[in-house]
Amino acid sequence: MWKLLQIELFKIFKRPRTYIAFGAVAAIVFLFQAGMKFDGKSYLDLILNSVSDSFEVSDDFKGRILNGYFICFAILNILLIQMPLLVALIAGDSIAGEANMGTLRLSLSRPVSRTEYMLVKFTASVIYTVILLIWLALIALFGSMIIFGTNTLVVFRAGTIEMMEAGDVMWRYFAAFGYAAVALTTVAALAFLLSVFAENSIGPIIATMSIVIVLTILSEMNIPLYDKTIKPYLFTSHMVAWKGFFYVKADPEGTTIRGSIHNLPAILKSMGILVAYIMLFVGSAVWVFRKKIF
Amino acid sequence: MKIVTLISLLLFPALYAESQTAEELVKQVKAKLDLVNDYEASGTIKTNVVFIKAPVAKVKVYYKKPNKIRINNESGISFIPKGSVNINLSNLFMNNGNYDLIDGGKDATTGYRIVKLLPKEENSEIALSVLYIDEKTALIRKARTTTRENGTYELDMTYGKYASYGLADKVIFSFSTKDYKLPKGVTFDYDDGSKNEQETARMKNKTGRVEIVYSSYKINAGVPDSVFKE
Repeated sequence: MWKLLQIELFKIFKRPRTYIAFGAVAAIVFLFQAGMKFDGKSYLDLILNSVSDSFEVSDDFKGRILNGYFICFAILNILLIQMPLLVALIAGDSIAGEANMGTLRLSLSRPVSRTEYMLVKFTASVIYTVILLIWLALIALFGSMIIFGTNTLVVFRAGTIEMMEAGDVMWRYFAAFGYAAVALTTVAALAFLLSVFAENSIGPIIATMSIVIVLTILSEMNIPLYDKTIKPYLFTSHMVAWKGFFYVKADPEGTTIRGSIHNLPAILKSMGILVAYIMLFVGSAVWVFRKKIF
Repeated sequence: MKIVTLISLLLFPALYAESQTAEELVKQVKAKLDLVNDYEASGTIKTNVVFIKAPVAKVKVYYKKPNKIRINNESGISFIPKGSVNINLSNLFMNNGNYDLIDGGKDATTGYRIVKLLPKEENSEIALSVLYIDEKTALIRKARTTTRENGTYELDMTYGKYASYGLADKVIFSFSTKDYKLPKGVTFDYDDGSKNEQETARMKNKTGRVEIVYSSYKINAGVPDSVFKE
């Protein structure tokens, strides 16, 4: 099984297109960092507009908010919506790509069960996803820390402003990246399932992205009945739960409680739902693949 | 006769204090504040606004006559309310006598003398200041300032070792806040089920509080003008 995984990883990282994702992530992050370096204060003006009547919003104040932790949070906010495409590029290709090249039958002629084969294929996609996230963490978090320095992290939510000391932030990022790995694995599992039904990789990649985009829009809509019935079960509603690590508890006087998470059970529940989706998608993919006649 | 007066002054200072006019009392308060040409104070700042969760931050507060004041964060970030310039009490007397004094008598609960300052200038940003002055110490314990454009601010002062300069050890600055709201499409919030709690909390309280606790002052040691530049 280990040997098989090594072969799959070799195949993934041998293909030039694998590195498109790493290049794309780097390009987006560097462009965002450059934009923030030169015009970040305009971006903050937009966000701080609703508090500028009550509070002093000086350039020095804005400069302090624009620190590495804030920049990384803003990058993750936009990039984790684009990342599913990059993950789907590999996961959607894993079975369909082999079918397209005609190597699937040859692969299955080896003394490996179809279940093992599928699990190895999926594990390779997960490893790729994790490596891509580590790459994102390196350039978005550590890169931004080097360029912009560190300070208190200010998170602007729809109705509240959450602030946490610089020394209380790093562990939250580790937790958030860990959660993002689970969230993106869900997308990989969906692409992997769709890949089983296709003969070329374009179909599953586009289908995965379409599903993710439509469900993300649905997750952001606020419709009373739908809010409590359908929305909580859409996996896209739970993909953004990494942000929950940056929502803090406060004492009755509004002072942030260091090391606190506002609603950890909600995050764990969201994670449980994502894990259930992963199992459902991968289980279905294995089941369909086992039944399939090539 | 002189001895009798001296003894009665020592034994019954309140008797003499009460006889002070509002003008005399304000003069005494101003005299203390005028001892300070500049200061650099270190302390901590705690923000209590219903829509902000903020850690306690370390600050340095710089002041220079006549009305320059700056609050700098030593560590962290703080949302400083507009009108915080009034944490320096000298600012209340900025009109340099160009205001009318109204004696409001004594506060029933605290016994502090209430003095109202009404600027004579029609276009003055401050519409009215109400001072609660401790006559025994000639210190402003509480001040409520109503401005034309930025609402009403309230200051509560606790004094300690810098009382002789009229400088407080602790200042609580209360102010009105406006609603804070960002579109959900911009923030892409994670709905962790706490929305209703936040909404209810926001509706309850529209007064913000900033508490500054000073640990030390460097008084009249000189503060460069560059500190006050943006």
